[in-house]
Amino acid sequence: MQPTVDTNSPPADEVKTTTCYMCACRCGIRVHLKDGRVRYIDGNPDHPINRGVICGKGAAGIRQHYSPARLRAPLLRVGERGAGEFREISWDEALTLASQWLGDVRARDPRQLAFFTGRDQSQSLTGWWAMQYGTPNYAAHGGFCSVNMAAAGLYTFGGSFWEFGEPDWEHTKYFLLFGVAEDHSSNPIKIGLGKLKARGAKIVSINPVRTGYNAIADEWLGVRPGTDGLLVGALIHELLRTQQVDLEYLVRYTNAGWLVRRSPGAADDGLFARDAAEQVLCWDKRTGTAAPADGLEVAPALSGVFTLADAREAVPVFQLLAERYLADEYAPEAVAEQTGIAAATIRRIAAEVAEVAFRQTITLPIRWTDWAGRTHQSVTGRPVSMHAMRGISAHSNGFQTCRALHLLQILLGTIDVPGGFRYKAPYPRPAPPGNSPAGKLADLAPGKPLSGMPLGFPAGPEDLLVDAQGGAVRIDKAYSWDAPLAAHGMMHTVIGNAARGDPYPIDVLFMYMANMSWNSSMNTEGTQQQLTARRANGSYVIPKIIYSDAYSSEMVAYSDLVLPDTTYLERYDCISLLDRPISDPDAPADAIRHPIETPDRNVRPFQDVLLDLGARLRLPGFVDAQGAPQYPGGYADYLVNHERSPGIGPLAGFRGVDGAAWGTGAVNPGQLERYIANGSFSVHPLAPSQRWMKHANRDYLSFARSVGFVDTTEPIVFQLYSEVLQKFRLAARGHGAVQPPATHRARIERYFDPLPFWYAPFEGQQIDAARYPMYALTQRPMAMYHSWGSQNSWLRQIHGSNRLYLHRVRAAALGVAEGDWVSVSSHLGALRAQVTLMEGVNPDTVWTWNAIAKRPGAWGLDPQAGEATRSFLLNPLISDLLPQQQDGYRYSNSDPVTGQAAWYDLRVRIERLAS
Amino acid sequence: MNPAYSVIFFTTASGAGYGLLAWLVALAVIGDAPAPGEIPWTWLAAHAVAFVLVSAGLLASTAHLGHPERAWRAFSQWRTSWLSREGVLAVLTFLPWLLHVAAGAGFGASGRGLTLVAGAAAAGGALATVWCTGMIYQSLPTIRAWHQPLVAPIYVLLSLATGGVLALAGLAWFGAATPWAAGLVIVLVALSGALKMRYWRQVDTAGRSYTAGAATGLGRYGAVRVLDPPHTQANFVMREMGFVVARKHARRLRRLAALLLFVAPLACLAALVGTMAVASPPVASGGPGMAPVAAASLALLATVCGVVVERWLFFAEAQHVVTLFYGADRA
Amino acid sequence: MTALPQAAPNQKKLGLVIDLDTCVGCQACATSCKEWNDGGAASGPLTDVDPYGKDPYGPWLNRVHSYDVGEGDTSRTVHFPRSCLHCETPACVTVCPTGASYKRAEDGIVLVNPETCIGCKLCSWACPYGAREYDTSGGVMKKCTLCVDRIYNTHLEPQDRQPACVKACPTGARHFGDLGDADSAVSKLVRERGGFDLLPAIGYQPVNKYLPPRARRDVTTAAPSPVAAHDRPAPQPDGTPIERLFSWADRLLSR
Ligand SMILES: Nc1nc2c(c(=O)[nH]1)N[C@H]1C(S)=C(S)[C@@H](COP(=O)(O)OP(=O)(O)OC[C@H]3O[C@@H](n4cnc5c(=O)[nH]c(N)nc54)[C@H](O)[C@@H]3O)O[C@H]1N2
Ligand SMILES: Nc1nc2c(c(=O)[nH]1)N[C@H]1C(S)=C(S)[C@@H](COP(=O)(O)OP(=O)(O)OC[C@H]3O[C@@H](n4cnc5c(=O)[nH]c(N)nc54)[C@H](O)[C@@H]3O)O[C@H]1N2
Ligand code: SF4
Ligand code: SF4
Ligand code: SF4
Ligand code: SF4
Ligand code: SF4
Ligand SMILES: [Mo]
Repeated sequence: MQPTVDTNSPPADEVKTTTCYMCACRCGIRVHLKDGRVRYIDGNPDHPINRGVICGKGAAGIRQHYSPARLRAPLLRVGERGAGEFREISWDEALTLASQWLGDVRARDPRQLAFFTGRDQSQSLTGWWAMQYGTPNYAAHGGFCSVNMAAAGLYTFGGSFWEFGEPDWEHTKYFLLFGVAEDHSSNPIKIGLGKLKARGAKIVSINPVRTGYNAIADEWLGVRPGTDGLLVGALIHELLRTQQVDLEYLVRYTNAGWLVRRSPGAADDGLFARDAAEQVLCWDKRTGTAAPADGLEVAPALSGVFTLADAREAVPVFQLLAERYLADEYAPEAVAEQTGIAAATIRRIAAEVAEVAFRQTITLPIRWTDWAGRTHQSVTGRPVSMHAMRGISAHSNGFQTCRALHLLQILLGTIDVPGGFRYKAPYPRPAPPGNSPAGKLADLAPGKPLSGMPLGFPAGPEDLLVDAQGGAVRIDKAYSWDAPLAAHGMMHTVIGNAARGDPYPIDVLFMYMANMSWNSSMNTEGTQQQLTARRANGSYVIPKIIYSDAYSSEMVAYSDLVLPDTTYLERYDCISLLDRPISDPDAPADAIRHPIETPDRNVRPFQDVLLDLGARLRLPGFVDAQGAPQYPGGYADYLVNHERSPGIGPLAGFRGVDGAAWGTGAVNPGQLERYIANGSFSVHPLAPSQRWMKHANRDYLSFARSVGFVDTTEPIVFQLYSEVLQKFRLAARGHGAVQPPATHRARIERYFDPLPFWYAPFEGQQIDAARYPMYALTQRPMAMYHSWGSQNSWLRQIHGSNRLYLHRVRAAALGVAEGDWVSVSSHLGALRAQVTLMEGVNPDTVWTWNAIAKRPGAWGLDPQAGEATRSFLLNPLISDLLPQQQDGYRYSNSDPVTGQAAWYDLRVRIERLAS
Repeated sequence: MNPAYSVIFFTTASGAGYGLLAWLVALAVIGDAPAPGEIPWTWLAAHAVAFVLVSAGLLASTAHLGHPERAWRAFSQWRTSWLSREGVLAVLTFLPWLLHVAAGAGFGASGRGLTLVAGAAAAGGALATVWCTGMIYQSLPTIRAWHQPLVAPIYVLLSLATGGVLALAGLAWFGAATPWAAGLVIVLVALSGALKMRYWRQVDTAGRSYTAGAATGLGRYGAVRVLDPPHTQANFVMREMGFVVARKHARRLRRLAALLLFVAPLACLAALVGTMAVASPPVASGGPGMAPVAAASLALLATVCGVVVERWLFFAEAQHVVTLFYGADRA
Repeated sequence: MTALPQAAPNQKKLGLVIDLDTCVGCQACATSCKEWNDGGAASGPLTDVDPYGKDPYGPWLNRVHSYDVGEGDTSRTVHFPRSCLHCETPACVTVCPTGASYKRAEDGIVLVNPETCIGCKLCSWACPYGAREYDTSGGVMKKCTLCVDRIYNTHLEPQDRQPACVKACPTGARHFGDLGDADSAVSKLVRERGGFDLLPAIGYQPVNKYLPPRARRDVTTAAPSPVAAHDRPAPQPDGTPIERLFSWADRLLSR
């Protein structure tokens, strides 16, 4: 007879909901506890981000939480930096020491502190801390991550991808995926792709590598790295040539009809023509005169050269745009060679896109009112959508390429319409958002807070943080002429700059959640040398390094004072609308984490520690009038009681004494309990009339203003032509109060083109490309999160070592066979790798999984572990600096506009090793 | 397949032991029973050797179990499982065997009939057990090299051949080897050799009809190659079933096996028969002549080495279909 | 009891249908499976050997392969999850000497009884699909249980009474149901999408089915793009493209 099996045993005695942190996607999870320990974790079906699903990492969270690599107590370095010799100290000793170091610097020169954080989700707290401390030297990881994507979008249409917006998965019929392997929006993209597959919508992948998402695409375009700007340009060329763009949409929602002055040499050449009242002008075809462009009755001319009242010429933006993209250099034939995509294919894709956008439109019977009060009975969708990430942005031409991509969406009229791209609150914001970076020299003084937040969006040269000679004010040179629009800072330059004392040396390097001595730095070996470099007198060039980590990462070994953090299941966190929320296009939303288990060791949540340090340093806002800690209850206390502006705090949900208010409202002492009872998140569904055309939707914009997302209900006009960029250009031409030093002029002049354009990535231009003919990339493995994953006994079985992937035909030409070892060399260095051959990769490209290799002994792994013996990072081959220019100056290996790290510009040569 | 030493030892040792048992019974049948009262020590010793070989083998076979203490459960599924049948028969065989030895060991009173009946049952059980062992492998459709009609017969023949050589060596040591016994062993060794050659030819020609394309269903799109394995270190399946010896290696080992297991013993046994032609001094005059002893001992030595190599190859040459998921294109 | 149960008329055959056209190889099903079963009643623990060392490995009941298939324009990258197929006539059951390996009469799920398994590993030899993995620490064989301790578990919310891997799968590439019922959603899916068996020639009659990657819509597609027609010459033949664009814009906007 058949054995019996217990099919009904209770899996858990308690279930708690919180937010996952095995990556930055912020899915909702249910933690099932048995006998007080985590039994298993699965997706929370009610959660707006993941709707019950979970990913490979998330389901392995239990192994992270109980990882042997977890830190036990605060550590003070006793051996050499990098040797990883520490003694455990008490929190009191640790915090006293830290506040002493930080206090001295603040009293002397706040700039001597560089405070940089990684992929944490408390940037509204850390940024505020830096502001109150008074150092401009603050940023998170965005500069080396994807600031090109964010900045290009924000300067163009007040939004972008990931937390800024997403494709309308429900309605889109044609989806183009540019340069994405995994993305922050991990599960939402997977869920979305599943929906497209179920509906039979066409998915086109533009990616040199065909794995993961790209493997299931209906069409794969194995583009040559760094050439997407040409490909997108050619698509725009085709749409314009075949007259398939949404003209009404352009006239209504973009600056296509705005007049641009054409008076070479003048200080306002290339700026918008304005009238006495500073109103931007268009040419009104009805009256045959110039008229304010935002007039409701005007019929703006899109082409022609017009003479204005002052007898000077101006042309509409659309004409400039058409001249740019209808030029032969963007013809499919012209780009086919460089992109590796056949002209016929480009033409077919353009035709398919146009077909879907203009002949398969979707009209939803949704009544909405535009900014001018005109009511529309329906909203029409152009069901073509796109998504792009680091494959586009992690190049030195990423900003302009991202701009081109957004231009393509806008020309198709597919922003915030059914089937197109959809904003997620708090976006859209004005293009660019109003806040400029704080930290001008005049604003800096010992013991004095900054006048505003350190990060922001310059609207022109006058917003730069530069000294009289045009030198950088910030240690990372963000917002200097090296990278004027470095909206997320440039964390990847901090260690190098500090070690070189360029622009100046610092005293304390304070970092949080970023493995900067390893996989987050370019030129890994160089960075490790910089971290351990000594002055003549034997002292370290970077005198003090404070670091908060939860695990024994490579960076811990290079720190002087280590502040051990809890795991994500042991602390409060806040995924705030002030930062990077979990909003859905139909519903603004935010979320929290809360302690599921109490730590079994002497660790503290970093946010608590930061608040404590703020209080010890008596930073304004961190202490009350009597100088007592403002938030004695730590981060939980702060989350509930802190107000950025009246009625607006870190959490938007359950505000007001009764917890009924959303967005704004009085402090609610029971707020966190309400969140926890609600699954640890809060959503505020928009009314149907608020859900579309948000950039021009009166009901939405007034709601957005009421909750502080935007300051006015003015429509957000898409900037096809960016006047901001032109202002920098003019400065380079010798106009205006703030001008670049001679060394930077040519560069600013060239790259601050107000219309998107393509140029070859820097590394390929500046090194001997013939010597390094191949492109080398990394991809995110879906089952690994940067360096954190390797301490996970399940995930490391899936990715315990990495290979170099090479096209089979190219391999044959190089005499390389499956499993062979090859040397991979760049202009910076060389390493060994074992090869796997494949078909689905651009023949000029090699790639590997990112961040698998580990430093022997790190992460609680056996020094003989495959991660330390059979694996490699590409980082040691990626130079942090570009080759010298004539004058000897070396720019960082970044985008010239935003300072985004150009990881994927890497060029290498592959040679077979005689085993 | 991974050639586990416990299994190699088990199949070869118990195989030889059961073969020896069969021979001893055969000898008992033709030879006349010992006279009442006197105990046939050599005959008992021979049974003891067989017994040790069989039980050591069986014990070894439980060594690779995760739960040896549960081994008894393996007797339950004789209806479907050759492994279970093997276990059942192995145990059952001990009863007639003991009876046979007891009866034969001079309780002559009990009469020759019982000895022979019990002996016949024991010998039958022995060979049936070996047949089951062979069928465990032969019945697996997942391993082409094993899923062949000759596998079980060869197991039985090799058991008789190895047991035979062993028996003959024993006889020779006591100068009791007879030409017809030697002849019979020669026939068996030759026969098993012939079949083994045939088997090797069969597995070499048998089409490797399972493909990675069929395993994954992706053959319709072209050749299937591994891009990323599901895990970067070998898992249980790969450790247990991923092992396949290199072809040219296998060829060399086959030749060695054939030489040691068939050619050499045949030569030695032929020599043995030859030496018996020239009358050797009788036992009375101080031990057997050295020549036959040497010949028989050499035959035994070669056989032992040969059968181990043959058995190692039996596993190492066997490719499991699961390898198709891990990079093999055919199986 | 290792004799296979008599298949009743319209016998219930619970199993999985895996869509290779949708699977992105994210491993969620693999780790969710490991996680559920590691602590699970039916099959846990799944203890790893040398978890933080040189050669880590341990029992996984579901593993995701990646294959590079074909050459040139028609080549594909395919992600391929593999777990027990709960075959209808599997030798993994009949070869078992102890009766620990069995196929349930009521739903066709193939299980191992950890109380009676002696760890002889013969069943793993009999499985063509590598679906059985030995647990060194427990000395018994482990395999996919089809989450028998979830699908009937009244302590779980109804919507959670499905295999852990199916619930986890972010793309919805995994489907669970009764393949014995011709009208079930999974059976329909198999019919519509041409679901297939792995290694049918072995004759174990897998219950789990795989849905093939769909035909591409790219250069290799025979049919010319349905919309190429729209790549039409501009209405007004003369003039440069830019002149034509502007006159078109002019006309359109002054309507
Ligand atoms: N599982 C997992 N998820 C993660 C992370 C992780 O480590 N693991 N990291 C998180 C972080 S920090 C980030 S920033 C995001 C990043 O998410 P992604 O943007 O998906 O990051 P990458 O893995 O760098 O993917 C870059 C992709 O672009 C392609 N590519 C490279 N160059 C080019 C090019 O020139 N053109 C085109 N079209 N494609 C190109 C590469 O082949 C690769 O597929 O992922 C987040 N999510
Ligand atoms: N070659 C190459 N290099 C790259 C990239 C690439 O695509 N290719 N991508 C770049 C990008 S986009 C990014 S974002 C970076 C990512 O690189 P990092 O930001 O360095 O990401 P991790 O490696 O995850 O390091 C984060 C650190 O935070 C620690 N940590 C994890 N959880 C916690 C916690 O709860 N509290 C605290 N205090 N610490 C914690 C981890 O232990 C680890 O040391 O890598 C960059 N580097
Ligand atoms: S994508 Fe995975 S790891 Fe990231 S938050 Fe969601 S579940 Fe967690
Ligand atoms: S979870 Fe789904 S998408 Fe991910 S690997 Fe498994 S089947 Fe494929
Ligand atoms: S897949 Fe393997 S283990 Fe599962 S039933 Fe079929 S043969 Fe048995
Ligand atoms: S390992 Fe266990 S389940 Fe498998 S055959 Fe042996 S006893 Fe049966
Ligand atoms: S059904 Fe359950 S046991 Fe089987 S693979 Fe899925 S999760 Fe694992
Ligand atoms: Mo990132």
